[in-house]
Amino acid sequence: MKTKLIASFLLGTALAVTTAGVAFAQDKTIKIGVLTDNSGLYADLGGPGSTVAAQMAIEDSGLAAKGWKLDLISADHQNKPDVATAIARQWIDVEKVDVFMDVLNSGVALAVNNVVKEKNSVMINSGAATSDLTNAQCTPNTVHWTYDTYMLAHSTGQALVKAGGDTWFFITADYAFGHALERDTAAVVTASGGKVLGDVKVPLNNADFSSFLLQAQASKAKIIGMANAGGDTSNTIKQAAEFGIVKGGQKLAGLLLFLTDVHSLGLNVAQGLNLSSTFYWDENDQTRAFSKRFAERMKNKAMPTMVQAGVYSGLLHYIKAVEALGGNPHDGAKVVAKMKEMPTDDPLFGKGSIEPNGRALHPAYLFEVKKPSESKGPWDYYKLIGTTPADKAFRPLSESACPLAKK
Amino acid sequence: MQALFAQLLVGLINGSFYALLSLGLAVIFGMLNIINFAHGALYMMGAFVAYFLLNLGGINYWWALLFAPIIVGIFGMILERTMLQWLTGLDHLYGLLLTFGIALIVQGVFQNYFGSSGMPYAIPDQLKGGMNLGFMFLPIYRAWVVIFSLVVCIATWFLIEKTRLGAYLRAATENPTLVRAFGINVPRMITLTYGLGVGLAALAGVLSAPINQVRPLMGADLIIVVFAVVVIGGMGSIMGSIITGFALGVIEGLTKYFYPEASNTVVFVLMVLVLLVKPTGLTGRAA
Repeated sequence: MKTKLIASFLLGTALAVTTAGVAFAQDKTIKIGVLTDNSGLYADLGGPGSTVAAQMAIEDSGLAAKGWKLDLISADHQNKPDVATAIARQWIDVEKVDVFMDVLNSGVALAVNNVVKEKNSVMINSGAATSDLTNAQCTPNTVHWTYDTYMLAHSTGQALVKAGGDTWFFITADYAFGHALERDTAAVVTASGGKVLGDVKVPLNNADFSSFLLQAQASKAKIIGMANAGGDTSNTIKQAAEFGIVKGGQKLAGLLLFLTDVHSLGLNVAQGLNLSSTFYWDENDQTRAFSKRFAERMKNKAMPTMVQAGVYSGLLHYIKAVEALGGNPHDGAKVVAKMKEMPTDDPLFGKGSIEPNGRALHPAYLFEVKKPSESKGPWDYYKLIGTTPADKAFRPLSESACPLAKK
Repeated sequence: MQALFAQLLVGLINGSFYALLSLGLAVIFGMLNIINFAHGALYMMGAFVAYFLLNLGGINYWWALLFAPIIVGIFGMILERTMLQWLTGLDHLYGLLLTFGIALIVQGVFQNYFGSSGMPYAIPDQLKGGMNLGFMFLPIYRAWVVIFSLVVCIATWFLIEKTRLGAYLRAATENPTLVRAFGINVPRMITLTYGLGVGLAALAGVLSAPINQVRPLMGADLIIVVFAVVVIGGMGSIMGSIITGFALGVIEGLTKYFYPEASNTVVFVLMVLVLLVKPTGLTGRAA
């Protein structure tokens, strides 16, 4: 009896030691989920291209060769926060997803932000614009990678006010993103001595902007700020040309304009517009090399937008951080803390860092859309007119309302 | 006050699209008893065909106004022959589900190949520029859209309500057996009618290509509003859908002026109100 007891005790201890050993020799698996708009008005700027970018990051990380297992899944959130949070919960609970990539659409991003924090997962947001993600709504689990409304407002807004555009009227997408972009830009305009004459809030995914453009025209504002994105912006620009708005002396400001929007408008309509971006495919040899590889994989041979480029860079940095930890702890906050500790460096965004509030810092560029005569070929659309250095491009920590930013 | 006039005019322009699209729906429903949910997808195809004609065949806008409806109309007739005709006599629901499925497939295929932001289609040179009306700048192209769609709407109404062909059609839907006894090929008439309705959708698509981007989802965004127009006007009523189409465009335009946030929902609020008071729609006859 006694021997039996000792034997089972020993066996038990042995088992305990082995399981502890398994838990200790860390897990070399990472599951990546690309949550994006695969079918709606933002599908070209993120969508399937974001999944391609994530796949390329996995391959370029070289981690598979070191015996790691990296799985990728993607889903369409249809620009609906409720759909997105349902997917997010299922991905974390059932699919055991470690990191959410892209998550474009500010409304969706803010909703998923809460789920990710609650479940201690990770979101590396590339596509959403709202600066609230690293301000009042910041969490230890989210990194906002590519751009935000604060950057857009300061880069494009300030440049236009300086160039004499001191009265503004906003055509604003009526949800979290549009509101944040208008708020941040209006603040810049007012702070630079300009004035906001009015605004109109337009439901998302609208085909006809003529009524709103007429209101903007009637306001006599020098600048019509388009606080919308994707297909909505394209239609606004196209119809503004039709109603003779630019010819009438008012200037359009595309506060958020993507490469794919310019492509879909054509240079004839888009020429002369100013826009801000943190990535352009034709920046240097490295970005060109990446973009060509990317375009080859895309069905319509499209060059990457800054959102898709951000998915690639953000995921590479995440993978580096997990590797540096020696294995995947499946502890979101721990991985994000490691990401913040390590400097960022990748072929697309260059050297940078991540602030305690989760804001990734890199330079922001102000571009002008080329005239058709200046463009040398397909996707040759932008010329650089100004650069804001990384430490000036985003909201300074001292102004941040994020509790994590307080030392 | 000036701004208000401008909004009324813009509303009328949007109303032209609603009228053209709901007219096609009403023709199809009135004659075939099919609730054609593929209408938006066929409208989108009209715009895409115009785009292809221009970019692949060098065929300009004016010819596209003729060819795109014919090409998409033929596609519609093939759909009718191969799928829809088997639903004759069945509940409306079958037609609705089938055409909804067709719409999803067509949109999915286009989206897969052309992405979501769409392609540019320029306004034809002859219709570029605009007129200063004092209270607003009216693009000539928009004025053309209103006039052209009014003419098409009236012509279609005339064809169905006032001509012998229209009389046959109406009779064939009332009593197909009797009409067949007179030696008229009823199935062929029905196929042609579906082709006509689809052609109207494609025509609206060509008209809208220079104003909106040519996008795979352009029809999906519009179709729900157009259905509301048809329901408010009275299912199957030709004149009802024309008048309601224009009127709702104007009401929507006014909402955009007074309370823009509600501009996407005002049509549905109206639909609820009309259905509460008159369940057959404004001009519909009781079934």
